[in-house]
Order: sequence, then C-alpha cells, then structure tokens
Amino acid sequence: MKVGLLTLAIWTPIVFGAILLALGRDDQARTVRWLALIGALVSFLVTLPLYGQFDTTTASMQFVENVPWIRGFNVNYHLGLDGISFWFVLLTAFITVVVVISAWEVITERVNQYMGAFLILSGLMIGVFCALDAVLFYTFFEATLIPMYLIIGIWGGPNRIYAAFKFFLYTLLGSLLMLIALVFLYTKSGGSFDILTWYKLPLSSLAQTLLFFGFFAAFAVKVPMWPVHTWLPDVHVEAPTGGSAVLAAIMLKLGAYGFLRFSMPIAPDAAREWAWFIIALSLIAVIYVGLVAMVQQDMKKLVAYSSVAHMGFVTLGFFIFDHVGVAGGLVQMIAHGFVSGAMFLCIGVLYDRVHSRQIADYGGVVNTMPTFAAFAILFAMANCGLPATAGFVGEWMVILAAVKANFWLGLLAATALILGAAYTLWMVKRVYLGPVGNDHVKALSDINAREFVMLAVLAIAVLWMGVYPKPFTDVMNASVANFLKQVSLSKL
Amino acid sequence: MMDNTSLRVVAPEVILLVMACVIALVDLGVKSRLRNASYWLTMLTLAVVAWTTGSLAADGNTAYGFGRMVVSDAMGNWLKCFASLAMMVCMVYGRPYAADRDMLRGGELFTLALFALLGIFVMISGENFLVLYLGLELLTLSSYAMVALRRDHTVSTEAAMKYFVLGAMASGFLLYGLSMIYGATGSLDISTVFKIVGSGQVKHQVLVFGLVFIVAGLAFKLGAAPFHMWIPDVYQGAPTAVTVIIGSAPELAAFAIAIRLLVEGLLPLAIDWQQMLLVLAVCSLFIGNLAAIAQTNLKRMLAYSTIGQMGFVLLGLASGVVNGVGTPEFMRNAYGSAMFYIVTYVMTTLASFGVILLLAREGFESEEISDLAGLNQRSPLYAGVMSVCLFSLAGVPPLVGFYAKLAVLQALVISGTTLNISLAVFAVVMSLIAAYYYIRVVKVMYFDDPLTATTVAAPADVRVVLTVNGAMVLLLGILPGGLMTLCTEAIVKMLTT
Repeated sequence: MKVGLLTLAIWTPIVFGAILLALGRDDQARTVRWLALIGALVSFLVTLPLYGQFDTTTASMQFVENVPWIRGFNVNYHLGLDGISFWFVLLTAFITVVVVISAWEVITERVNQYMGAFLILSGLMIGVFCALDAVLFYTFFEATLIPMYLIIGIWGGPNRIYAAFKFFLYTLLGSLLMLIALVFLYTKSGGSFDILTWYKLPLSSLAQTLLFFGFFAAFAVKVPMWPVHTWLPDVHVEAPTGGSAVLAAIMLKLGAYGFLRFSMPIAPDAAREWAWFIIALSLIAVIYVGLVAMVQQDMKKLVAYSSVAHMGFVTLGFFIFDHVGVAGGLVQMIAHGFVSGAMFLCIGVLYDRVHSRQIADYGGVVNTMPTFAAFAILFAMANCGLPATAGFVGEWMVILAAVKANFWLGLLAATALILGAAYTLWMVKRVYLGPVGNDHVKALSDINAREFVMLAVLAIAVLWMGVYPKPFTDVMNASVANFLKQVSLSKL
Repeated sequence: MMDNTSLRVVAPEVILLVMACVIALVDLGVKSRLRNASYWLTMLTLAVVAWTTGSLAADGNTAYGFGRMVVSDAMGNWLKCFASLAMMVCMVYGRPYAADRDMLRGGELFTLALFALLGIFVMISGENFLVLYLGLELLTLSSYAMVALRRDHTVSTEAAMKYFVLGAMASGFLLYGLSMIYGATGSLDISTVFKIVGSGQVKHQVLVFGLVFIVAGLAFKLGAAPFHMWIPDVYQGAPTAVTVIIGSAPELAAFAIAIRLLVEGLLPLAIDWQQMLLVLAVCSLFIGNLAAIAQTNLKRMLAYSTIGQMGFVLLGLASGVVNGVGTPEFMRNAYGSAMFYIVTYVMTTLASFGVILLLAREGFESEEISDLAGLNQRSPLYAGVMSVCLFSLAGVPPLVGFYAKLAVLQALVISGTTLNISLAVFAVVMSLIAAYYYIRVVKVMYFDDPLTATTVAAPADVRVVLTVNGAMVLLLGILPGGLMTLCTEAIVKMLTT
C-alpha cells in the first residue's frame, strides 16, 4: 500500500506525539525533548516534497487520497491540497518545530505531555487544511480543542482555568452550529459529505443564508471577528508561550480558511448578499480593535488585539471578491502566522527572565539584550507592515483591492497601517528603547544560542516573504482565480 | 414443542442458567479472599456465552423457539454478546473493590450477576409479552439484591429500598400497559399484536391507554426524565462495583425491549408513542444535563449524565417514523443510530466507572469529583482513559461519542420536518451544556494539584482491561464504520422479518 504525502504529513506528528505521551515521566526530560525535536523536524521534512511536486498551473486538488471511512454515512478519508490550503500545511509544520525549540528549558513539568500535545495538535491542524470531506474536516477541527484545552489549562498562567474553559466552550458553541449545517447539507445533497460535491449543489436563497450563518458561527469565533473576539485576549494572556504562538500563528487561520473552503463556495449568493456585513465587522476589527490595542498595558494582550485587527484585514480581503483581495488575505494569513508567532515568542523570551508581561515593568531592554532587541524590533516592524517585511505584502494587496472596490473602503482599511504602527511602535519604545528602566532589566542576559536559532529562522522567513513573495503568490494564483469564478456563479 | 430448534434458540440462556447454579454450588467450597475459583468460572461462562451469541449474530439467521415465544436474531444476539462482554468487564473492575468491602464473603455477586445477565438475555430474546416481563423481573430482582449486597452499609441499603419500591412500581406500570394491550388484542404474541393493531379493528383509545403505561414503564427502565428519580440515588448509593453493572448491560436490554415492544409490536401506534418519546427525550436532555452541572459527587454526576445521554437515544428511537409512516430507510437510520449510541455509551460508561473503582481503596470511596484532583500527576494512563471517556460523552471528535451523536442528529435531520430539525438544534445546545460539566472533571484531573502523591496501584487484569477499554473508545472513534454497519444491518434484519 502506498502512503500518500498528505497522510504522512498528518500522521507523522501524531504518531510521534503518541510515542511521547507513552514515554514516561520527567526524569527522562532530555530524551523527550530530543525526540520531540526529531519528531517535529521529521514532520516538517515530510511536508517539503509537497512543494517540489505541487503544480502551480492547475486549480484542481492535488495529492488526492480518497478511501471510504465510514461506509454507513458515505464518509470518506478524502484529502487534497490546492493553492489556497497549500502553504498552511508547511506553515503548521514549521511553527511546530519553532515551538518545540521555544519550550526547551522553559517547560520542566510534564515535558512529554507538553511536547506530545503540540505534535498531535500540529497533525490535527494539518488535517483540517487537507480534509475534503466535511466529517473529516469537522473531526480534525474539533479535535484540536482537546490538546489546546490541556495546554492552556496545565501550563498556563494564574487564571488559566477560566481561560481554558472560555476557549473550549466558546469555540465548541460555534462549531456545533456548523455541525447542524453540515448534516443539513448532507441531507440536501442526497447523502454526501464531500465538500467538492457541495460546491455544485443548488440551494435556495433561504438555505444559503442559514448555512452561511451556521458556518459563520464556527469560523467567526475561530478567526476571531469582532464582536466574538473576546475569548482571544483572555486565552492569549493565560496560555503558555508555545500555546499563544500556535494559537495566533495557525489556529486563527483555521477560521479564515473555513470561510474560503465552506462559507463562500457553498453559499456564494448568501456570501455576496452579506458581504457588506462581513466587511463592516472586519473594518470594526481593524479600526476599533486597533484602538483597543493601543491602550493595553499587557504585551500579550496588545499582540492579541493586534491579531484580531490583522485577521480583520484577512476577512476584509476575502469579501471584496477580487483576485488581489483574496490573494492578499491569504498572504496576510501566512505573514501573520510568522509575525504573530514570532512576537509571542519574543514576549516569552522576556517573560522567562522577568516573569512579567506588563509593559511598565520594562524599559531600555536594548541596552542589556541588544541581539534580542534587534529581532524583536524587526518583528515589530513587520507587524506594522513595513515594506520589505512579510507584513507589508498582504496588507498592501488588500488595500489595493479595497481602493479598487471603493475609495472610502480603501481609506478606512488603510488606517490600519497607521494604527498598527502606532500601537506596535509605542510598545517598542516603552519596552526596548530608552534608558534601562529598572533593576530587573539591568540584570537581563541576552538570548542564548537556542533562542537565537528560534528567532533567526522566523526572521529569515519574515524577510524572505517580504522581499520575494512570488513563490507564495504563484502557488495561489490558479486556485484563487478558480475560487472567484466559483463564487461568482449563482447557485439559486 | 421441545424440538431441537427451540433448544438451539435458547442455548445461551441455558448455559447461563446451568452455570449460575453450578457456580453457586462450587462457591460453597471456595475459601480464598478474592474467590478465585468462582470468579474464573464466571469469566469462563461469560466468555463462552459471548462467543456463542457472537457467532450466532455473525451468522445473522433469525430463528424462533417454543412457538414464537422467543426469537434469536442478529440484533438480539449482538446485544447479548455485548452485554456478556460488558458483564465480564464489570467483574474484572469490580472484584477488588467488592473484596475490600466485605462483599465477597460469599459468591453471591457472581451468581446474581449471572442471573441478572440471564434476565437481560430473556428480555432481549422475548417475542411474547410475558417472556419480556419475566426477563425484566429476573434482571431487576437480581439488581435489587446486588445493590443491597453490602448489608451493613446504610446508604446502600437505602438505595436498594428506593430502587425496589420505584422499580416495582415501574414493573407494575409496564405490566398494566401490557395487560391493556392484551385485553384489546387478545394476544400476548408480539407479531400477532402487530397484525391485529395494524388491521385497525381494535379500539384506538384502549390501545393508547395501554401504550401510555408501557412507555412510562420503559422510560423508568431506561432512566428517562421525568421517570429518572431513582437513577441518581441508586447510582450514588449502590456500591460502585454494582453501579457499574446497573449502568451498563441492563441499558442494552432496555433498548432491546423498547425495540421489541414499540417497533416490532406497536409500530402502527407510532404516531402516538413517537410524541411521548419526544417529550421524554426533551425532558431528559434538559433535566439530565442541567442537574449534572450542580453535582459534586462523581457517581451522581454520571447518573445525571446518563439521563441526558438517554435523551439522545430516545431522539434516535423517535425519529424513525415521519407523519405516522415509517419508511425502511428512516427506520434503519433511526434505530441503527440509537443502537450504535447505546452500545458505545455502555462501553464508555464501563471505562469511566472502571477508573472510579480503581481509585477507590479500602475505606475510601473516591466518588467525589475532587477525589480525582491531579490524577494526571499520579497516573497519566488512567487520567488519559478517564478523559477519553469524558470527551467521548461530551461528543468531541475523534472519540466514539461524537459519531454516535452525529448518527442520531443525521437521523433527525434527514426526516426533514421542522420539528425534528429544531429538536436537533436543541440537542446540540444541550450537549454544549454537557460539555461544561464533562470538561470540568478533566480540569480537576489535569489542572488541579493532587491531594496525595501516591501512585495508583492496580492489579494487572484491571490495568489491561481498562487500557483496552479506553483504547476502544478512541479506536472506535477513529474507525467507527464497522460497528455502525453492524448495528444498521442488525436493525435491517430485524425490520425485514
């Protein structure tokens, strides 16, 4: 039997994770760490052949695997990648490697469970991006809650229990409504859970609207869009560094990806009809949440709100229904994956030393940690969209599409650049620049080799994507064009 | 009448009866604290019976015995096979606990468990009102005795008393309802009743009058609200080794008689009993899940959770008939999903009570939720098994509970009526509430610090069975197709004969 590349990409980390869970207790922490790193690296390496073999000229699904899974319900183990989902598989595997490195000395309790949870989570998230069967998608989508719930609850901050429950129940509510939508589509389509079949399924206007909002409940919570974003700051603040990084870098993308995979192609008429609604929510996220970010005292909260604002940009780009907009949204998703992950890791580096996330507890970090400050400022610049960094490309494309659609829309969207610069740079000034703020900062030691490697690979990714985004957009073009053709056709 | 076919049909029951008596006698000579000889004989009997029924089920033939008094069909044989396996698992989990609590001074636990299982078998095979009733009484009388087995323990005795009084009343309800139907149709035979009721020559009012009592009796046995009051008290009060017996195999039997009476016998009255089941389902989902939130006792919480889960089973049972017409496709979906639900539910319940039994020590019951605090630090394996069960009960994929819920929801939505779709939404909202109290237990196990640092010691057999049981909940979640097909095919066979 030939094992497909996608199956490998999904199950390699899960198998390594399961081995880690089975592997005893904390006295073997060293072995566990190395095994976790090997597992993460192997899982990343098995995704690389995908890049070599991916055909950028076609919009159809590639690396397809399709075997019956639950015959009674006509559910299939149906996997495939297109230009929309492609980069997220690699991104997930990449971030997992970084997260394993970031936890090296920091996590000392129940190391095997921590590493195991992240590896399993990685496999599950890759599964979400590859699934072309709705039940398979839902299984992966929901299963991610279990490791994340445990990660927040076991290794989180003082208020971690509240955060873990809020995370679990908030997202579960959304996805249960999606489940009803899926079962409804199953009956409408005469007994099929195949997503690609649903793309061709004619649906009445009412059915489309209901479905659109059923999916909206799940994905808007996950993105998260204003006003259902309130769980994100609480969770980010309490989650351990690795948890925050994975949450911001990948998990939020599951929601945005869902819009592209489900809401828009399955209910295109409703999506067009309600585009103004999504655009309005996105603009509120960009502007209002951007302002909220400015007044935060806690660095993690600030980056969390900044994530909401950036994801607002993504949904804005999608619902302009323009090639540059959708591609821009996708690029923004990948860029935000690198940048937000990196920013949370930077906060983690500081937190490990000072045990505070309050901006006021820092000042002049650049004097004692020059190398680290250089990285941190680079990521901050990327976060506010400085040209030649990853953050710029996506935002620029979305603004371009917005201006093309409507000048005022473009103008409002562009305020994000100003707000983003304002809250990020202000934080940089207060934390990194100026004279040494207090004795804690005075006592800081610069990053060690492990932290250097972890930040350096992210920095390379951020700069590479900023200077030469062509490989990213090339992969998307055919699929985005096909996607737009699909959503422009009425299914009534 | 005593021809070979008849004997073959009741062969598993005969084996059980003979062996129960043999074990009662053998046990007189057993001296060891754990009553090894009786225990292994019981296990052997259960294994033989499980194998016999399992191979009968795999053949899938339907045979009647004793002038259509009993039937041996695929559905029944699978349920019997699962019930025997469940009883085996109960024995493994329960024996150390029972020995610590002076419940193994004699071998009654084994004998009574076998008689209870015999009752379950008779209920499952019954094709006649009186046979069903006899089976039910055998099961419940054995259960009362098992609950009271710790005779110097006040709480258990009280639970037994409560169980007996309420259970007797429920049996009375059922018997009264059955006699009404008998009075109206003049027959105790299920298939004859079906024909006579279907012909429409019998007065509808009398039938519905009887039906109300039958449904009430069934609801009692299944533990559906508002007939659920005994469940929390008995679950909590009974020795945990007995709670796990009451909470597992008998649920399969209750499902079987619900199918035999309502579907095989009274399907022409579906339009009436369907509404009753829906009311029961909504009440169970609502009361079970909301009351479970307030519990601090784990056994009591699991009792309310059972009530909530029964709501789902009832939804499955009620969704087979649309506007009074049962098309084969809807019925297959509905009863197949209900059967899958109850089988997987029993499996999950076994493992979760297995962990509770394991944590109980001599003089310590470990039945408060807080007793599980920090279990992950004491034993990651058992914390893992317990959380797999809890996530499964909460319906989170990729655990088997999710596919059970999905099957029921699909059976509801496929019928397409607005009522059924809104019931599906209601059930989903209720399972969100349920998720809260399940993950609260996970929180206690994983996020809280342990009260004692002692590791959990378990006998080898318990450890192996519990691990396999937990792994099954996960594995059947990853590959649910086989069991699902098995249930659907069993139901299809039942419907076509």
